[in-house]
Amino acid sequence: MADLSVRFCGVKSPNPFWLASAPPTDKAYNVVRAYKAGWGGVVWKTLGEDGPPIVNVSGPRYGAIHSQDRRVFGFNNIELITDRPLEVNLREIKEVKRDWPDRALIVSLMVPCTEESWKAILKRVEETEADGIELNFGCPHGMSERGMGAAVGQVPEYVEMVTRWCKQHSRMPVIVKLTPNISDIRKPAEAAKRGGADAVSLINTINSVMGVDLDTLTPWPSTDGMATHGGYCGPAVKPIAMNMVSEIARNPETHGLPISAIGGIETWKDAAEFMTLGAGTVQVCTAAMTYGFKIVQEMITGLSDWMDAKGYASADDFVGAAVPKLTDWQHLNLDYAVKAKIDQDLCIQCGRCHIACEDTSHQAIMKEKDGQRHFEVMEEECVGCNLCAVVCPVDQCITMEPLQAGAIDKRTGLPVGGHRTWLEHPNNPMAQNPRGPAVLEPAE
Amino acid sequence: MSALPDIRSGRLTPEELAENFADLHHPLDRFEARVAAERCLFCYEAPCVTACPTSIDIPLFVRQIATGNPLGAARTILDSNIMGGMCARVCPTETLCEEACVREAAEGKPVEIGLLQRFATDSLFATGRQLFRRGAPTGRHVAVVGAGPAGLACAHRLAVLGHEVTVYEARDKAGGLNEYGIAAYKATGGFAAAEVDYILGVGGITVETGKRLGRDFTLAELTDRFDAVFLGLGLGGVNALGLGDDLAGVEDAVATIAELRQTDNLATLPIGRRVVVIGGGMTAIDIASQAKRLGAEEVTIVYRRGPEQMNASDYEQMVAQTDGVLIRHWLRPARLMATDGRLAGIAFDYVEERDGRLVGTGESLEIACDQLFRAIGQTFLAGDLGAGLIAMEGGRIKVDAERRTSLGAVWAGGDCVAGGEDLTVAAVEDGKQAAISIDRALKAGMARVA
Ligand SMILES: Cc1cc2nc3c(=O)[nH]c(=O)nc-3n(C[C@H](O)[C@H](O)[C@H](O)COP(=O)(O)OP(=O)(O)OC[C@H]3O[C@@H](n4cnc5c(N)ncnc54)[C@H](O)[C@@H]3O)c2cc1C
Ligand SMILES: Cc1cc2nc3c(=O)[nH]c(=O)nc-3n(C[C@H](O)[C@H](O)[C@H](O)COP(=O)(O)O)c2cc1C
Ligand code: SF4
Ligand code: SF4
Ligand code: SF4
Repeated sequence: MADLSVRFCGVKSPNPFWLASAPPTDKAYNVVRAYKAGWGGVVWKTLGEDGPPIVNVSGPRYGAIHSQDRRVFGFNNIELITDRPLEVNLREIKEVKRDWPDRALIVSLMVPCTEESWKAILKRVEETEADGIELNFGCPHGMSERGMGAAVGQVPEYVEMVTRWCKQHSRMPVIVKLTPNISDIRKPAEAAKRGGADAVSLINTINSVMGVDLDTLTPWPSTDGMATHGGYCGPAVKPIAMNMVSEIARNPETHGLPISAIGGIETWKDAAEFMTLGAGTVQVCTAAMTYGFKIVQEMITGLSDWMDAKGYASADDFVGAAVPKLTDWQHLNLDYAVKAKIDQDLCIQCGRCHIACEDTSHQAIMKEKDGQRHFEVMEEECVGCNLCAVVCPVDQCITMEPLQAGAIDKRTGLPVGGHRTWLEHPNNPMAQNPRGPAVLEPAE
Repeated sequence: MSALPDIRSGRLTPEELAENFADLHHPLDRFEARVAAERCLFCYEAPCVTACPTSIDIPLFVRQIATGNPLGAARTILDSNIMGGMCARVCPTETLCEEACVREAAEGKPVEIGLLQRFATDSLFATGRQLFRRGAPTGRHVAVVGAGPAGLACAHRLAVLGHEVTVYEARDKAGGLNEYGIAAYKATGGFAAAEVDYILGVGGITVETGKRLGRDFTLAELTDRFDAVFLGLGLGGVNALGLGDDLAGVEDAVATIAELRQTDNLATLPIGRRVVVIGGGMTAIDIASQAKRLGAEEVTIVYRRGPEQMNASDYEQMVAQTDGVLIRHWLRPARLMATDGRLAGIAFDYVEERDGRLVGTGESLEIACDQLFRAIGQTFLAGDLGAGLIAMEGGRIKVDAERRTSLGAVWAGGDCVAGGEDLTVAAVEDGKQAAISIDRALKAGMARVA
C-alpha cells in the first residue's frame, strides 16, 4: 500500500487532500466533519481583523454553469471572508487543532495592508497552535474594493512586503495564496519567494459574470436587481489553474518552491495531475460544496490504487514528474507528424468529424465512398490537428497515428522522423543554424 | 365446443377502463426533455432525417429543445410535417428515425426523437399560438377529397401557399384514421380533433363533412369546378376471410376500432370473453390490445406467417404481449365453428413456407372463442372514382414522384395510392409533396395566363 502522507513546508498531513479556505472550512462543525470524512487538512475560512463582523449579502451569493443534467461545471461566488467574530474562530481553531493533532490546520488571513494589522493578528493566530497561515491575496470581489485580497495579490511589491512582515512577526510557515486575475502569474510568485514565503497556493477564483437573465436583463447572481462580478471556480477553471501551477514549477526563479494546487479539483485524477505538475498538496472547494465531504474517500482510494499500480511508494516519487515535459512552443519537434485514423468498426457515422474538418479545419475527411455514407481521413490533407478526435462521440474511434521515421508525409511531401524545432527550421527567418528542407506553399 | 358465446359490455370498472386507455407514453417534462435532447449528437446529414418520411430537421429541433426554445423546435417540426403532433404519438419510430439514429447503432439506445417531438409540439399547442398564416390569395381554388392526414396536409400547405381549398369529407368529422382508427391510448384527450382545428386555423380552408365523392358528386364535376383536385381517400374497404364472415360474433377490426374511438363511454362496448384476431399488422395489434384493455380474458392474434413477416413492428408486438395478448404464427384460418348460429371457435391449418408459398402441413388446431376480429388488410374502393378514369396499380391509384395521377389536374396521396407505406407520416408527406406540385403547376399556369 502506497504511503499517502505528505510533509508540506514542514506541515505533516496524512494525505495531500486539503479543503480550501471557503465555506467548507468556515467553523469547527464543518472542519470536524471533514476530518471525520478523511480530509488530510483544511485551510480555515479567511479571518479578518478584529472589529464589527463582515456583512454578506442576503441575496444569492452563488451562481453556476450547469450541464443539461444539472452537473455543476463552473461555480461562482460573491461571498466575503468569514462573517463570524474573530474571537470565536480563534477559540474553535485552538480546540480543533487540540482534538485533531495529526491533521493539517492552516489559517487563512486577510487584514488591511499595514504592518500593525498583520502583527496583531499573527500573534493571536500563533496562540491557537495552528500549523501555518495562508495569506489570502486572491479574493477578487468586495474585499479587493477595500484594498485587500486581489488588490494586494495583483501588485508583486505588496505581496513581497506583506509576506516579509508575516515571516518577521511569526514563526509559522507562510503560504501565499495567489490570484489568477493577473497577466503573469510568475511575478507575484517570485515576489512571495523574495518575501520569504514557505509556499504558494493557487489559484483563487477568477473574475466572472455568470450570465444575464434574459427576462429581466439583469446579470446574475443578482441582489435586489443589481449584480456584481464574482469569483469563478470549479471544474471549468482546472486547465487555467494547471497552467499557472506549472508556470511557477518550471520558472527557474521559483522552481522548488512548494505549491499547494487549487482550482477545479474533483477527483483523484485531478489531484494526481496537479501533483505531477509540481503540487505537494491539493486544495478543494467547489467539489466539496457540490457533493459533500465524502468525495475524499474516492480521492484517497483512487490515488493510492494508482500509486500502487505505478509502483510509487510515496508522493515524492511523482510530484513534479511531468514538469520537465512542459516546454515552450519553440522547442516542439516540427518533424514529427501524426495522421488521424478512423476505426471503421467503432464509427457510428454521425458525421461530426467530417463537418468539423470540412467547415473549420482542413477538408481532410470524406463523407462518402462508393455512394455510401462513409467517413475516412485523406492523409494528403490531414494536418494531424486532432479536431476530429476531439469531436468524435465514440471513445478511441479516431486515433492520432504517428508516421514512422523515414515515411513521407503525404501532405507536405517531406520525410518525417527528424528532429527540428522552430529554432532550427529553415522557414524561421531568425533561425541561427537552419537545416533540412523548408515547408513550401501548397501547390494550388 | 361446449362453451356458450360470451360477448358483453362493462367487463371492467370505469376506473380500470380509464387507466387502460390512458396515454401509452408518459410525456417528457421539461427537465427530462432537456436531458434527452442533450444526447443528440447533432449529426451531419443526419441519418434520422433521411429516415423520416417528412424529413424533419431532427438535429435542429432537438438542439432547440436543449437550448430552451421548444416553440422554435415546434416550428422546425411543423414546417416539415404539419401533423408533427400526431406523428410524435403514432409513428413507429423504432422502424423510422430512431432506428436510423446513430446512437441506436452505438449503444442500442436511440435519442428519444418521438417523445422529444411530442414535447415540442405539446409545448406549442399549450400556448395556443398559431404559427402559420394563409399566403396572399392566388385566386386559385383546389378541391381536396378526404380529410385524413394526406388531405389535411395537402390543404394546409396549399393554404400557406395562398390557394383557396375546399375539403370534401364523407364522414361526420375530419381527421381520417387519426380520428377513427389510431389506437385510443395513442391519441388521448381529443388530440386528433384539436390538431385538425390547429391545421384549419391557418385560414382559407373550408371543410364540408358528409360529402362523399361518387355519391354526392363526381370527379368530373370537381375537375370542372376547381383548378386542381387532390384525392386522399384512404382505404375504405376491408378484406374478408371468405369463411362465412357474416356469422354473428365475427367482426371487422377497423369498424370496431372506429366505434371505440367515437364512444364517450367505453363501458358500453361489448367485447368477447375469449377473442381471436386474424392478421399481422398494426390493426391486428391494436384491436387485440384494445380488446384486452376492454376486459377480454383471453386474446390471441393468429398470423399465417412468422414473426419476421409481421407488418407490426417488434415494439408494437411487445406492447400487445405486455398487455397479455398471445401471438401465434404459421396458422391459416380454415373454418369457422358455430353454435346456435353464433361463432363458437375457429379451426386453423398449420402451414409452412415452401418456395415462397404457404402449404398446409396436414396438422390442424381449433381455438374456441366468443368473438373474432378480421384484420387482414384494407382495400381501396376504386368505385368512388368512376370507372376507368384514372390509372391504377395493384388496386390503388398510380402516381408519379410528385403524386400526379394519370388524369390531368388530379393528384393523390396517402393510403389510397400505390407503393405507399400505410403510415400517417407517409400520408402527410404525400399531401405536402402534392401541394408543392400543385402550386408549381398552378403558378406556371398563372404565368402563362399573365
Ligand atoms: C387500426 C389502424 C391503426 C393504425 N395505427 C397507425 C399507427 O399507429 N401509426 C401510423 O403511422 N399509422 C397507423 N395506421 C395507418 C394510418 O392511419 C394511415 O396510414 C393514415 O391515416 C392514412 O391517411 P390517409 O389520409 O391516406 O387516409 P385516411 O386516414 O383513411 O383518411 C381518408 C379520409 O377520406 C375519407 N374518404 C374516403 N373516401 C371518400 C370519398 N369517396 N369522399 C369523401 N371522403 C372520403 C375518409 O372518410 C377519411 O376521412 C393505422 C391504421 C389503422 C387502420
Ligand atoms: C463560496 C466561496 C467562498 C470562498 N471564500 C474564500 C475565502 O474566504 N478565502 C480564500 O482564500 N478563498 C476563498 N474561496 C476560494 C477557494 O478557496 C478556492 O481557491 C477556489 O474556489 C478554487 O477552488 P475550487 O475550484 O476547488 O473551488 C472561496 C470560494 C468559494 C466558492
Ligand atoms: S486531424 Fe485535423 S486535419 Fe486531420 S482529419 Fe482530423 S480534423 Fe482534419
Ligand atoms: S465523429 Fe467518430 S463516430 Fe462520428 S463519423 Fe466521425 S469517426 Fe465516425
Ligand atoms: S441520428 Fe440521433 S444523434 Fe444523430 S442527429 Fe439524429 S437524433 Fe441526433
